[in-house]
Amino acid sequence: MIEGLLILLLCQLAGTLAADTLHLPIPGAVLGMLLLLGLLAWRRPAEDAPVMTASHHLLQHLPLLFVPAGVGVVAVLGLIGEHRALMLVGFVVPWLLGLVVTAGVAAPLARRLTDKEDAR
Amino acid sequence: MNAAELTDSLTEAWDALLHTPLFGVALTLAVAVLSRRLWLAARQTALLTPVLVTIVLVAAFLALTGIDYETYMIGGSYLTFLLGPATVALAVPLYRAGPDIRKLLLPVAVGVTVGSLTAMVSAVLIVRAMGGDAALAATFAPKSATTPIAMAVADAGGGIVSLAAVLPVLTGVLGAVFAPWVLDRLRVRDPRVRGLAIGVSSHGIGTARALAEGPKTGAFSALAMACSGVLTALLAPLVLAMTG
Repeated sequence: MIEGLLILLLCQLAGTLAADTLHLPIPGAVLGMLLLLGLLAWRRPAEDAPVMTASHHLLQHLPLLFVPAGVGVVAVLGLIGEHRALMLVGFVVPWLLGLVVTAGVAAPLARRLTDKEDAR
Repeated sequence: MNAAELTDSLTEAWDALLHTPLFGVALTLAVAVLSRRLWLAARQTALLTPVLVTIVLVAAFLALTGIDYETYMIGGSYLTFLLGPATVALAVPLYRAGPDIRKLLLPVAVGVTVGSLTAMVSAVLIVRAMGGDAALAATFAPKSATTPIAMAVADAGGGIVSLAAVLPVLTGVLGAVFAPWVLDRLRVRDPRVRGLAIGVSSHGIGTARALAEGPKTGAFSALAMACSGVLTALLAPLVLAMTG
């Protein structure tokens, strides 16, 4: 577990260092994720390898980790109250469009690729 | 020690305890356990999604007791800290779904690009149509991306950074609560497509929800979140320049 957590932290560290050095607008943790993906593809660890177990345990509790940030939102609700109508429309509609359009575009493409495979 | 002395000493000890990480962490975990039980008892009703109920109850507890957010965050920041390694850990479901993803490169690329652009452009157009200024447009444009990206984009575009930090969290909670429901209504059953749509629209908190649906949904959501985050960072300045 500790070894796995260390690998995760080192990837985040490297990602953050790269993002800050190169002034990238991308969070270090996201770069760290890409780095770990490369490492996994290269080393092909077993399912019970430390990094796999540590990741599994962390991801099981992912929603919990967002709670403090969410509580912070409630703390600044006043800011949102000022833009109430805008918040409702400008916030919900683009979310819905993003969700529906992505599914609408990807679904037929995915179906075609999968059907082709079944036909083979 | 008499009763009054004991009460005084307890109050003092409680005040001191409030300012240790123990308080924020214990409160969050306690409320999370409670919320999960509530959700299971309510047969997993979407509106009672544990992350939403936990946030609301913790905020209500702080408001009722008059404990400020900074005090709570002495402990809360430990949980927030773990978001970093947890984001890195998303590489594991991605790696496991590697063969699936390679098969679906085209739908992934097209879906994520079109979906992210739709969310971004519609946000800017709606804000402007409703009389919002350029600063507000720059604040809303990156709201489907993860918080650090949204803050960076809003900052660069002259947006309201504090609001930009908040919108992605709200978007994510909206996604965690309603995205599976909307996808069910649209009869989108392919877990890969569900994951893509959730990741593009509702990033991290949505991805946490997608992982609960299944490893494949989670992997595609993590992939979509990473790609749309990068796309938003790169394209938001262009979208803002074109609509500004």
